[in-house]
Amino acid sequence: MLLIPCPWCGPRPELEFRHAGQAHIARPADPSATSDAEWTEFLFLRSNPKGRHAERWRHASGCNRFFNCVRDTVSDTILATYKPGEAAP
Amino acid sequence: MTQPFRTEAGGQIDRSRPVRFSFDGRAYVGYAGDTLASALLANGVHLMGRSYKYHRPRGVLSAGAEEPNALVNVARDAARSAPNLRATQVELYEGLTATSQNRFPSLGFDLGAINDVCAPLLGAGFYYKTFMAPRGAWFKLYEPIIRHAAGLGRAPVAPDPDRYANRYAHCDLLIAGGGPAGVQAALEAAPSGQRIIIADDNPGFDSATLAGFANVTCLPRTTVFGYFPHNFLGLAERLTDHLADPGDRARERLWQVRAKQVSLATGAIERPLVFAGNDRPGIMLAGAARTYLDRYGVLVGKRVVVFTACDTAYAAAVALHRAGSQVVAILDLRDSPGGPEVAAVREAGIAVYPASSIVGTQGRLRVRSVTTGAGLRIACDAVLMSGGWTPSVHLYSQARGKLVYDEERQFFRPAGPLPGLRCVGACNGDLPESGGFLGVVPGQRGGPAFVDFQNDVKASDIQGAVAEGFRSIEHVKRYTTTGMATDQGKTSNMNALAIAAQQLGQPLPSVGLTTFRMPYTPVTLGLFAGAARGELFDPVRQAPLHDWAQAAGAVFEDVGLWKRARAFPRGGEDLHAAVARECRTVREAAGLFDASTLGKVEVVGPDAAEFLNRLYTNSWSKLAVGRCRYGLMLTEAGFVMDDGVVARLTVDRFHVTTTTTGAPRVLAQMEDYLQTEFPELKVWLTSTTEQWAVIAVQGPRARAILAPHVSDIDLAMPHMSVREGRVAGVPARLFRVSFTGELGFEVNVPAGQAQRVWDVLWAEAVKHGACAYGTEAMHVLRAEKGYIIVGQDTDGTVTPDDLGLGWAIGRSKPDFVGKRSLLREDLIKADRPQFVGLLTVDPVRVPEEGAQIVPVAAPAVGSHALGHVTSAYSSATLNRSIALGLVEGGRGRMGEVVHLTTASGTIPAVIAEPVFYDREGGRLDG
Repeated sequence: MLLIPCPWCGPRPELEFRHAGQAHIARPADPSATSDAEWTEFLFLRSNPKGRHAERWRHASGCNRFFNCVRDTVSDTILATYKPGEAAP
Repeated sequence: MTQPFRTEAGGQIDRSRPVRFSFDGRAYVGYAGDTLASALLANGVHLMGRSYKYHRPRGVLSAGAEEPNALVNVARDAARSAPNLRATQVELYEGLTATSQNRFPSLGFDLGAINDVCAPLLGAGFYYKTFMAPRGAWFKLYEPIIRHAAGLGRAPVAPDPDRYANRYAHCDLLIAGGGPAGVQAALEAAPSGQRIIIADDNPGFDSATLAGFANVTCLPRTTVFGYFPHNFLGLAERLTDHLADPGDRARERLWQVRAKQVSLATGAIERPLVFAGNDRPGIMLAGAARTYLDRYGVLVGKRVVVFTACDTAYAAAVALHRAGSQVVAILDLRDSPGGPEVAAVREAGIAVYPASSIVGTQGRLRVRSVTTGAGLRIACDAVLMSGGWTPSVHLYSQARGKLVYDEERQFFRPAGPLPGLRCVGACNGDLPESGGFLGVVPGQRGGPAFVDFQNDVKASDIQGAVAEGFRSIEHVKRYTTTGMATDQGKTSNMNALAIAAQQLGQPLPSVGLTTFRMPYTPVTLGLFAGAARGELFDPVRQAPLHDWAQAAGAVFEDVGLWKRARAFPRGGEDLHAAVARECRTVREAAGLFDASTLGKVEVVGPDAAEFLNRLYTNSWSKLAVGRCRYGLMLTEAGFVMDDGVVARLTVDRFHVTTTTTGAPRVLAQMEDYLQTEFPELKVWLTSTTEQWAVIAVQGPRARAILAPHVSDIDLAMPHMSVREGRVAGVPARLFRVSFTGELGFEVNVPAGQAQRVWDVLWAEAVKHGACAYGTEAMHVLRAEKGYIIVGQDTDGTVTPDDLGLGWAIGRSKPDFVGKRSLLREDLIKADRPQFVGLLTVDPVRVPEEGAQIVPVAAPAVGSHALGHVTSAYSSATLNRSIALGLVEGGRGRMGEVVHLTTASGTIPAVIAEPVFYDREGGRLDG
C-alpha cells in the first residue's frame, strides 16, 4: 500500500485516496474549436510510461482535494506531490 | 509407547510432557515442543503423503516452511479443518488429529498410484494434448476426473467458526526472521530506543536476549508473508493453532505494518539433488536431518547414506554419527572435497567417496537402498542430500529488489540495500563457501528424477518443455508447472532453472528467474477477511425511516450500500401482489415513499449557476428562485452519467439531487471540475445526502394529506417548484415534483426529525386510503411514465438524444461537460440505439430485463441484435406487461414487431412510445 503525501494533509495510506488518471491533461479552453482528432486526443489518449509518470489523486477519505503526483511506475517511488496549477517538478 | 528414533537426550523438546496425537487414525506419542513431522519421525514414520500427480509415496523433505511433501490435514471438527498444512510447521498438541491427503483408500495402499505406472503418458502438459476431443468433454468429463485424481487436501464445507484479528502497526525497524542474523540486528538497534518488531514463523526463537527491551516486540509463530510498496508488510500471526483448547481466542492475527526500515533475515534454504528416485520417503535434506536431531532429538534413520556436493552435509553426518546413527557412506559429487567438516568426518571414520553419485534408489514406502554411479548397491533407511544453499530472497524480490547471480556460489543474491530495506545474514548471500551443485546429477540411467516435488515435475519434463520449443523460463514454468505449487518452488526453482539453462545451452543468469509473489507461505482467507464477514462484510446504510419500514413489514433490497424498502406486503401478499396494490393505491389515492437515499449536494456561491451551467446539460441562469428543473449530467465523452432535480433556493444557492448510487460519483465529478478546471469559480459544494430525509407524497390525494400540516407554504405551488417552510412543525424544503406521474410532493426535513414528520403524515395518509410504497412500485410507476433510471436504462454508452432527452440540452450554452463530444461522428449516427417502449403481444408475458431484441423469431447463432430490454414490469394500472429498451433507430420503428429472447426461444413484442400512461401529463396537477 502506497504512502501518499497529500500536499494538504501529509503522508496518508493509499486507502484514503482515489486515483484520478493522468495529470496535466488540460481541458481545451474552447472545446467547440477543437477538431475531432484533437478532442479524441484530449478524451482518450493517455501515456503509459515505464518510469516517471505524473498522475492525479483525490484525497477522497480526507480533505477531498485533488492534487498531482509524480510516481515512478517501476519502483512505485513517489518523487513529488503538488497542488493543482503548480508546475510539475 | 516408545519412540524408537528419539535420542536419549538433547533437543529443545520437553521430555517430561508426552503428547498424544493421531495420524491417519493411528495413535502416537511425541513430546511438547515437537512438530507433527518430528514426532512422526521419532516414531519411525517417514511416509506422510502422496504426490500430487503420480501419487508416489512421499516423506518429509525438510524441517521448515519450504516443505513440499508432508502436507497434511489437521482437524478439530468438521468446520475447524485445515488442509495442506506443512507437517514440519504443525506444532503438536494433546489430541491433535492429522490425516494424510490425496490417497485412496489409504496412504500405504493408494489406487491413484496407477498414475505412477502410467507416468510416461502423463508428462508435462499431458492434459493439453490428450484430452482434446470430443468438444465439450473437457469441462464435463476430463477436468472433473483430473481434479479428483490430482490435487491436495479438501477445504472444509462448514462455515469457519473462528475469529481473525487485525492490527495496524508502525515501527522504526521490522526484522523478518528470528535466526542469529535477525536477533543480532535487533540487538544492535534496540539500545537506541527505536520501536522494533521482530517476527519469526517458528514457535520459539532466540528472543530471550531481547526480553529486556520494552521497545522490542517479538512475534513468534508469525510469517512475514508479503512485502508491499513503501515498506508496508503483511504478517500472519498464528495464535491458537498450537493449543489443544483454543477457547474463544482469535485464531490468527493479521498485522499490517508500515516500517521505516526493514531488515530481512530470512536465511537460506537447502537444495535437493536431482537424481533418479530422489523422492522416496527417507530421502531428505541434510540440514533438515540435523535440525530434527538438534532441535527435536530425533534420528531420521539408523543406517544413513549421505549424498552431497556441499560441505554442510558433512556436519550433519558427524552429528548423526555421534548421536548413534550409522553413516555408511558419504558420496560426494565433487572430485576432491576438502575443508574442516570433511576432515572431521574422516576422523570419525566415515567412508567418503569423492566424485560419486546416486543414480537410483529402491524401496516402496521407504528407501531401502541406493545404487551408486559405480554400480554399488548400498542398503540404508535414510538418505541425506545437499545440493548447497539458496538465499531466501523472496521478500527482497517482492520489494522489487534486483537479484544478481553469484557465479562462484551458484545462487542469486540481493544486488544491495534498497531505500528503507537491507538484507542481513544468509538471505544476503553471506554464507560460508561450502560448495553446491545445480541441475541433474550426471550419469543418470533413467527413472524419474524429481525437481519440483509438490507438483511432481521431473527433470525430463523441463528438458521436454525446452525440446518442444519453450524458451522463456516463464513459459517453461507454466507448461511444466514447476515452482507453481503452494511452496512456490522454494526447494526446486534453482534446479529447474539450471536444467532449462543447460537444455537451452545458455548461461543460467541469462535464462532469468521467475517472479516471487506474496504470500511467502499460504495464508488463510480468514486472515484477510478478518471481521469483514456476515453482517460486517460490507457497511450497511439505513435510511432514517428504516425502523418504521421494518416494523411495517417491509421487504428490503440492497441499493448500493443502502437497505431500501422494496415493498410492504400485507397479509399473505406475495411481492407481486403487494407491488400491484401499492401502484393502484398511488394512482387512485396516494402513497408515501421514503426517498431519503437520493443523493443531495448543496451548491452555493456567487458562481453557483454558472458552475451548474458547465456541469449539467441544462441552462440554469434563467431558472427563477423557487423553481426546479430536471438536470442531466454527462461525462466528458458525452454519455449520460447521472440525473436529478435541481432546485434554486436563492440566487446563489441550489439544492441538487442525484441518483441514490450516483451521489459520490457526482460529487467527485463536481469537485474535480471545480478544483482543477474552473478554480476561478466561487462555489462551495457540500454533500447533504444524510442531512435531509425525503418523504415523497404522491398521488391525487397528496395535497390533501399535506394540507393540515403545512401552515406557511401555499400548496398551490406549481409543478417543479420548491418552498421553504414547516411541515408538521419541522423546518422543511418542500418540493413539488413527481416521479410517478401523479400530483406529487417531496418533503425534505432534517434526518433526525424524519420519523416525527412521517408519523404525522402517515396518520393523515391512512385517512385518505393511502399506502406506503417501496422501490419496486416506484420503479413500475416511473416506467409507466417512461421516466428513465440512470444505470438501469443507461449503461454508460447512452447519449441524451438516445434517450429522447434532447430537450434537456441547453444548446445555446457555449459549453458544458460533454457538449463537444455530442458532435462526435459516432454519437450522431442514425442507427444509434434509441429508447423505446415494448409491448409484448401476449400482454401477460413480462420479458426479462437484459433480454436481446432481435428482428426475427429464430435468429441465427451469432447474428446481430437490435438492442436490449432495460426495464420490464407487470403494470397493474394498465393490466398488462410493459417494457423499456434501447433499439437501433428505435424511434423510426414505431409499431414494428420485434422479438425478445428468453431462456427458451423468443417472444414477439411491438415497439411503442416509451410513455404508457397519461401521455398528456394531466395527472401531475391532481
